[in-house]
Amino acid sequence: MTISTAEPRTSSRPAVPSAVATTARVLGRRALQAAGVVLVVSTACFAIVQNLPGDIAFRIAAGRYGYDQVTAASADSVRAELGLDQPVWLQLMDWLAGLVSFDLGNSLVTGASVAGELGLHLASSLQLAAAALVLALIVGTTVGALAAARPGGLLDRLTTVWVSAARALPPFLLGLLLILLFSVHLGVLPAAGHGEANNIVLPAATLAVGLSGLFARVTRDAMAQIRQSDYVRFAATKGLGNWLVFLRHICRNTGVTLIAYVGVQVLVLIEGVVVVESLFAWPGLGHALVHAIFWRDIPMIQAAALALALMVVAMNTLVDLATAAVDPRPRHKEAVL
Amino acid sequence: MTNAVAMHELSPAPAQSANRPHWVAGRTKTQLISAALLAALAVFAIAGPLAWPDHALQDLSRFLEAPSAAEPLGRDHLGRSVIARLAHATQLSLVMAVLCVSAALLFGTLAGIAAAWRGGWVDSVLHGLSEVFIALPALLVVLVVSAIANGDLWTLCLGLALAQWVEYFRMVRARSGLLLAGPAVEAAGLLRLGPAHIMRRHLFPELRPLLSTMATFGVGSSILALSTLGFVGIGVRPPTPELGLMITEAFPYYHEAPWMALAPVLVLTTILIGLLGLRSKESRA
Repeated sequence: MTISTAEPRTSSRPAVPSAVATTARVLGRRALQAAGVVLVVSTACFAIVQNLPGDIAFRIAAGRYGYDQVTAASADSVRAELGLDQPVWLQLMDWLAGLVSFDLGNSLVTGASVAGELGLHLASSLQLAAAALVLALIVGTTVGALAAARPGGLLDRLTTVWVSAARALPPFLLGLLLILLFSVHLGVLPAAGHGEANNIVLPAATLAVGLSGLFARVTRDAMAQIRQSDYVRFAATKGLGNWLVFLRHICRNTGVTLIAYVGVQVLVLIEGVVVVESLFAWPGLGHALVHAIFWRDIPMIQAAALALALMVVAMNTLVDLATAAVDPRPRHKEAVL
Repeated sequence: MTNAVAMHELSPAPAQSANRPHWVAGRTKTQLISAALLAALAVFAIAGPLAWPDHALQDLSRFLEAPSAAEPLGRDHLGRSVIARLAHATQLSLVMAVLCVSAALLFGTLAGIAAAWRGGWVDSVLHGLSEVFIALPALLVVLVVSAIANGDLWTLCLGLALAQWVEYFRMVRARSGLLLAGPAVEAAGLLRLGPAHIMRRHLFPELRPLLSTMATFGVGSSILALSTLGFVGIGVRPPTPELGLMITEAFPYYHEAPWMALAPVLVLTTILIGLLGLRSKESRA
């Protein structure tokens, strides 16, 4: 975490750090971040438990012995047994220790193991996020490349409008619009559901519309800039064909910018996943989190929130590693913003 | 040639822009239209709740009534006046968003200046904290904080502020780090002008334009986050009108009463378009 601020000393290192060193540095920084995320989210969930109305000991006693067996004595025995009479910070330590041993507990609503349910939710969320990201990248880069070929042209101006429209139209409104259009009026795609192949189309498209506009914009700007660079002109001068210049020089250098930008948009993607899953009843982490909050199912809140936050860290790690692999130039001072 | 340019710059501004009021000059057409849209919405948010004070009054015999002169937007599925609910919801959204952004702006800026000024462990702790929060999607923070307390308005506000302070912190920390190391601040330090002078004369003028741009976008994203929370059903509690909640409630009756669903959507998009337009960086007129 402090690596980015300790840049003067790194300049005495060899000019090109080995791939292993870069990877280790990225992983170390992200691991620290992941640990911090786990600590903050878990402490917040502990605060939810502490703030629940009523005495938690009576609730647990009711759950164990049935509502007609709850007495002050049984509640007291539960309190002593589970250490609920200890000071708050000791309870927090216990709570975190349980997390470290990967004990996520059981759902308060269904009674099933949270870890088991989490696997299913994670799989469907990843499926949705990956589909949306791939769709957005394909559409965005294609449109961006075409727009960059003719700056100021019709497609270029349309992209600008598209980006503004996508920013003014939040994902849940866009999703509603798509449902109205394709499910209610045209009747070609299902509005909700999971398991059939065409169920994923609308949720993924909802997410992809906003993202692809941004990707198109970035691709267009990067490509337009690279097309004017010296090395592209040199490549054309030495006799390379248009296609080869495009593939070897323009595409690869645009990739550097684009991959870094995907990292910036990961937060937008995950927020979108939470909203879109709730809208389309897609059984992923976001849907689970919203339901768990509605029912105050704390083990599930904790697990889903942790999984979503760690998904962000994991995706950012992949982006970091991909950037280091694509562009091995040493970066002494990383951008602070 | 250079003389002519200098003379042109010295001569009074052309008559056309001299006649305009100060705040109009130098704004693009998009920005003026956006400002007008936002002003109209602000008037609606202030005057609307005064004109239609009771948003919870039900008249079940008049459910889904079509718009009329007395009820410009008709009545909803519980026979409540849609325009009264819309006015209260707009007011709530705008007030909440401004409060959240102010809180985030204040805390983020102070923390950023503290980190850049003091350095050392203050910087390490705050920077470490910001590294954690930068990995948390804003919606996730708001969702979890709203679960801590049961949908009270101030918790929602706290959650939004907690989700947003990071961007202000990181920007202010980075910028003031550069500024504080500069020769101007060094000279001010040698003259013993004091920290208040440095903040007022050296940091604030540099940070203000960036902060105001970020705050404009922050208001937009706060309104969006609030309505998203209302939309998924865990935000403001139901009897209180809220834009996202109104959209969810109206959606099942889309065929019978489309105006009921379209009105909050229209208000929401107008706010967002207005805020975007206000900050558009098109070629100046």
